[in-house]
Amino acid sequence: MVDFGFGLVPSSRINLDLFDKEKYDELLSIEPDARICMACGSCTAVCTAGKFVHTSLREAMEDIFNAKPDKALETLRACQLCGKCSMVCPRGINTRHLIMSITKVYSKK
Amino acid sequence: MTPLFFALAAQAADPEVIDRIPSGFSPFVLPFTIGVAFMFSWIGVGLIRLLAAIPKSDRIKFAKSLFIPKTALKNLKDLFCDCLFHTKIWQRKPLLGYMHSAIAFGWFMIIILGHIEVALFVPARLNVTRGGLFYPIFYRYFVWMNPGHTTLRGSFFFFLMDFFLLYILSGIALAIFKRFRSIVLGMRHTTKPSFADRVALYSLWLIFPLRLLAESFTADLSGGSFLTVPVNHFWHLIFGDKLWFMPTWWAYSICLGLFFAAMPFSRYMHILTEVLWILLRNAGVKPNHPRKGVAEAEIYACSSCGLCLDACPMNVQKKNLKFSSVYFIRFLRRHNEKKINDIAEKCLMCDKCHALCPVGVDAPSLRRAQRATVNNALPYDYSYLSTASGSTLAGETHATLGTVRGGTGASLCEASGGAERSEAVARPRVLPEATNKVLYFAGCMTHLTPRIIKSVEKVFNAAGVDYAFADRDGGICCGRPLMLAGKTEAAAAVIEANKKMIEKSGCDTLVLSCPICYKIFKEEYGLEGIKVVHYTQFINELIAAGKLNVQNKGERLVYHDPCELGRGCGVYFEPRAALGKVGNLVKASKEYDESICCGGSLGSLTLDTKDRSKISEASLDSLLANDPQTIVTACPLCLKTFSEAVAKTKKGDLNVSVKDFAEVLCP
Repeated sequence: MVDFGFGLVPSSRINLDLFDKEKYDELLSIEPDARICMACGSCTAVCTAGKFVHTSLREAMEDIFNAKPDKALETLRACQLCGKCSMVCPRGINTRHLIMSITKVYSKK
Repeated sequence: MTPLFFALAAQAADPEVIDRIPSGFSPFVLPFTIGVAFMFSWIGVGLIRLLAAIPKSDRIKFAKSLFIPKTALKNLKDLFCDCLFHTKIWQRKPLLGYMHSAIAFGWFMIIILGHIEVALFVPARLNVTRGGLFYPIFYRYFVWMNPGHTTLRGSFFFFLMDFFLLYILSGIALAIFKRFRSIVLGMRHTTKPSFADRVALYSLWLIFPLRLLAESFTADLSGGSFLTVPVNHFWHLIFGDKLWFMPTWWAYSICLGLFFAAMPFSRYMHILTEVLWILLRNAGVKPNHPRKGVAEAEIYACSSCGLCLDACPMNVQKKNLKFSSVYFIRFLRRHNEKKINDIAEKCLMCDKCHALCPVGVDAPSLRRAQRATVNNALPYDYSYLSTASGSTLAGETHATLGTVRGGTGASLCEASGGAERSEAVARPRVLPEATNKVLYFAGCMTHLTPRIIKSVEKVFNAAGVDYAFADRDGGICCGRPLMLAGKTEAAAAVIEANKKMIEKSGCDTLVLSCPICYKIFKEEYGLEGIKVVHYTQFINELIAAGKLNVQNKGERLVYHDPCELGRGCGVYFEPRAALGKVGNLVKASKEYDESICCGGSLGSLTLDTKDRSKISEASLDSLLANDPQTIVTACPLCLKTFSEAVAKTKKGDLNVSVKDFAEVLCP
């Protein structure tokens, strides 16, 4: 689709062709549990940093699937790594490591 | 009979000992001399490199510490207790302690006594140019006893030398036995030796039997005592009058040379590095890099004894043995970055290996330093903290805690811009008064387990404590999890924000209900004039002061020592004292500094849920050893982990409840 630049709001289009399979595989290799997230949002509900700024692991995971890794990084920047999210995750994901892995993998240009 | 001391002091008119070989040299000493010269030059270069690598302030601190009487005495005590007698191993496993001290102390005494003998009988030979490097070691080869002139003094040294040789040989026998059946000496797992370790190990095993062989072959020439003389008679019985002793001395020298040549690449480097590490440790110099500078002394002080293998809570699964401290340090020595990082990130940071280490190698803090080299630069942004606490402080003239907290809430809402949030903060709540001197900080994890907050408040109300609740509506993290993840700079930002909030509150006592917070508030915050206590200590004081009345219900309680509270901060006594007043405290199979991590620790970055639950099971088993009715813990993480573990456990008839310390005291 061509963007003619007449939109009033920034485009929210998701272009899955941009999905970086290599980076995602790299993420899976260091944190395989990334694929079992069911986006329930428990992590976001208990987030310590979430009280102050907008931050959400659930959204970050979706941003990664939607080929918007920069947005995911932006969402996770405020994380204090306190580990509350990993205590409540119903899937038993090591969310703390997941957050660090996302930052590690996707902040490499 | 001449008194021993008199005899020792008297100098015989006729020489008791005669130099058998005038040149004082024989080619068989070469392997030993080359080996030991190589080892000492290696160590010399290493020492200079190490001292050059540490910051100047640390060097001055180190040099000064050697002359401070208190530190010097501690150095002396530690050197004797840790390097020679291995008292820390004795206390836990006597047989293992005997083995280590027999080899270390026995060998040390043999070297010292050999030099004393040379100094007494052939003092000229102590000079390095006249064979001082090897002469005292092969003393028995070079001398000839003047028959008929032996004195009590001479026999006394013969006896001591034989005695210590026998002492070492008993230790070596145990060491060889331990290689095959380590469990008898109290070790379930032992370290897998590397190639250099094997070379050094096998030559170490051979050194002392060969010494006995060599000395017994020459015992009729150079004298001996209860061990060497009978063995000498035995050889005569077998080989006849003439004993061909050169091969035995060659073999002895080669083994020594091989051992010293392999030493810098093997675990036995610890014999000498340990000394440096103890001096540095007592001087208070701390490593700030996982392998450069002071850390180098620390990692080479590790003796690979493998006591940390059994200590590690991850060892419930054999596949996780490779993540133990001993292997971490081995890979640090080898610069194997991939493996170093894997191990550093896996560790639960429960600090048990550090607590049980006979040399006091602080592997968890090396791991933290390693994590920092990887994670510190990750792009995180905590600017919201400074704006939050900054606007908090602006315009606050009356420094009551309540208004400060209110201000924080409002400013944070502006920052986040969420309408529903400002509504939540704006709802009326009781603001604490300015007179509050006790500030309660619950922390993130306690907010996940509201039952703790409820009981703590109940206790405070029952005891009439006038307190303020710092983070009733949620605060920020204490910074310890960030620090454990190796993000030191980020942790500093969080600490700064919290510190401002606490200092502004005007409290004089800060009560924490989470050991993770307690450790960092106590160690890193530097809150001057504010007493930082864990709630177990605070409640224990309340009971002792008679402010909180408790009744003993005779319930069988078992107390779990949380890692950060027990080993981390040394709080073992207070929770037990308080619990002893409300119930019947029973023992766990592993407690105090040997308590097993619950498995929920924030320390590990990569350990997954399955592995964690295995650790929880092991820890639970240890707690249930004496059939308690209630497991009591003083950490929100342990409480949550154990509650889940008890619920999940397959033993259907398991009738045990998990409670928090405050819940038990104020039901």
